[in-house]
Amino acid sequence: MTLLSTPRSTTKDVAIALQTSKASTRKERLFQLFLLFSTLVGLVILVVLLVDIVVDGFSSLDLGFFTDYTSRRPEDTGIRAGLTGTLSLMVLVALIAFPIGVGSAIYLESFAPRTWFTRFMQLNITNLAGVPSVVYGLLAAALFAYILNFGRTLITGALALVLLILPVIIVAGKESIKAVPPSIYQGAIALGATPWQAVYKQVLPVAMPGILTGTILALSRAIGEAAPILVAGAVFSRRADSEPWNLTEPFAALPVQIFDFVKRPQEAFQVEVAAAGILVMLFVLLLMNSAAIVLRNRYSK
Amino acid sequence: MCGSISILTTLGIIYVLFSEGINFFSQISIIEFFTDTAWRPFGDPENDAFRIGVAPLVVGTLLVTVIALSVAVPLGLATAIYLSEYASKRIKRKVKPVLEILAGIPTVVLGYFALTLVTPFIRNIFPGDTIDIFNALSAGLVVGIMIIPTVASISEDSLSAVPQSLRNASYSLGLPKSSTVLRVVFPAALSGIISSILLAMGRAIGETMIVAIAAGNLPSMTLNPGSQVQTMTGYIVQAVGGEASRGSLTYNSIFAVGIILFLMTFILNIIANYFTKRFREVYE
Repeated sequence: MTLLSTPRSTTKDVAIALQTSKASTRKERLFQLFLLFSTLVGLVILVVLLVDIVVDGFSSLDLGFFTDYTSRRPEDTGIRAGLTGTLSLMVLVALIAFPIGVGSAIYLESFAPRTWFTRFMQLNITNLAGVPSVVYGLLAAALFAYILNFGRTLITGALALVLLILPVIIVAGKESIKAVPPSIYQGAIALGATPWQAVYKQVLPVAMPGILTGTILALSRAIGEAAPILVAGAVFSRRADSEPWNLTEPFAALPVQIFDFVKRPQEAFQVEVAAAGILVMLFVLLLMNSAAIVLRNRYSK
Repeated sequence: MCGSISILTTLGIIYVLFSEGINFFSQISIIEFFTDTAWRPFGDPENDAFRIGVAPLVVGTLLVTVIALSVAVPLGLATAIYLSEYASKRIKRKVKPVLEILAGIPTVVLGYFALTLVTPFIRNIFPGDTIDIFNALSAGLVVGIMIIPTVASISEDSLSAVPQSLRNASYSLGLPKSSTVLRVVFPAALSGIISSILLAMGRAIGETMIVAIAAGNLPSMTLNPGSQVQTMTGYIVQAVGGEASRGSLTYNSIFAVGIILFLMTFILNIIANYFTKRFREVYE
């Protein structure tokens, strides 16, 4: 419909364009400059943000910052509880979300009959990706913490993040499986493999690097999320760290701890300590993203 | 079996929100919830200061969202047009990862950015007491920055999907490039562009950490961007911070607010999907 409506306005444009052909060169330049400038805004903001964090946070980064628990004094405070909590969450979320996500992707891409139900499922996955992360926190707080009685513990937080990133992993997995040439599957079938063997032994290994990359990227998104685990029960204090790997203990995490620092009234916490925490978290994220890029580059041939 | 986990998640969300929300509406009249204009849900319900109208939270959310969109829509669309119509492949390859990095920055970091850098900056521009320490403007601007990549990348996809023949036809009629872009390519990509804006709007409404850090904790019926507000997501974080016990009015109110939040974003997503599908049908 939009296609049909365009010629009407273009005839008018031609007339205008012919009248003002001289001035229009300058207008063209200005328009392009405006576009370039707008594109650069995002880039400039990113640089300002990173420089600001490094400048503010670097002075607070020392060994004690990694080995101390939180304290009321900014010079004594540390992120030990948050860092161990985040690492525990990362491992747990990966262990739970990866098999379920890959299983769903294989099913939807290779085995699911094309019925209304599958289409509904696809649509549903797309919609789930747009649900605010804090709502997943509400789901986990009610369902896992109270109804299933896990309490506001590590496993509840991990499950909140699992539900949050499952749609992302499923979509990434489906894309990777779809990108495998169908001839590989057909070849295996022609040699007498069952559909399951063809997918499991032939298609999946080819698709795996893509799936892994997608999973790591999804995981790095989950690790930076504060809202869902805050609602699901992450805590700030050192009692979160009695046993960082214990599923049924309270837990802390880096983003939640940064939130706590930023909310404190003293400027030393709000600016310097928070920035130091952010530096550590961004470094963890950088490591994960680099791993994803290395994987992608190694297998992209 | 594995595939149905997504359905179960959706059903779980709906079930949990509504079952916990129903507890709330058995204590509080649903009419009061939607029509009262003050939100003071803490303390004794018998007290006169206790008010339970959700409107201030919705107004706060919409104020932040409108500010965010007025940043992200022009900048995001300009970026999309530049990348799709003007940039060389080399520049495109350099700019797109930067947008991805921007999209991948945890929102708690952007909240820090809003509170410690953007707020002092705008308080300098408008001296005096016109801008509170916590204010909707700062939070909205940074939420806008957060959703630029959403607008830019989806719009860029739909601009790039417009067939080259349309551009050529426009050039052959003598139109300069800017008119071709604005009056031919842009309208042809409109459904994808609308979808990108709706998705970005959903993300702005659901954004939590930036507003929890920078917008404040004072629910107010105001459209003044310089004043402190509270959004729906901001309230959820604040109420949870008080470790409300299950069954208490405060705990139940989180889910009542959650229902509105979920419905608003879910409806936006469904409409956005409809527009995405339309642009796919036209060109693919």
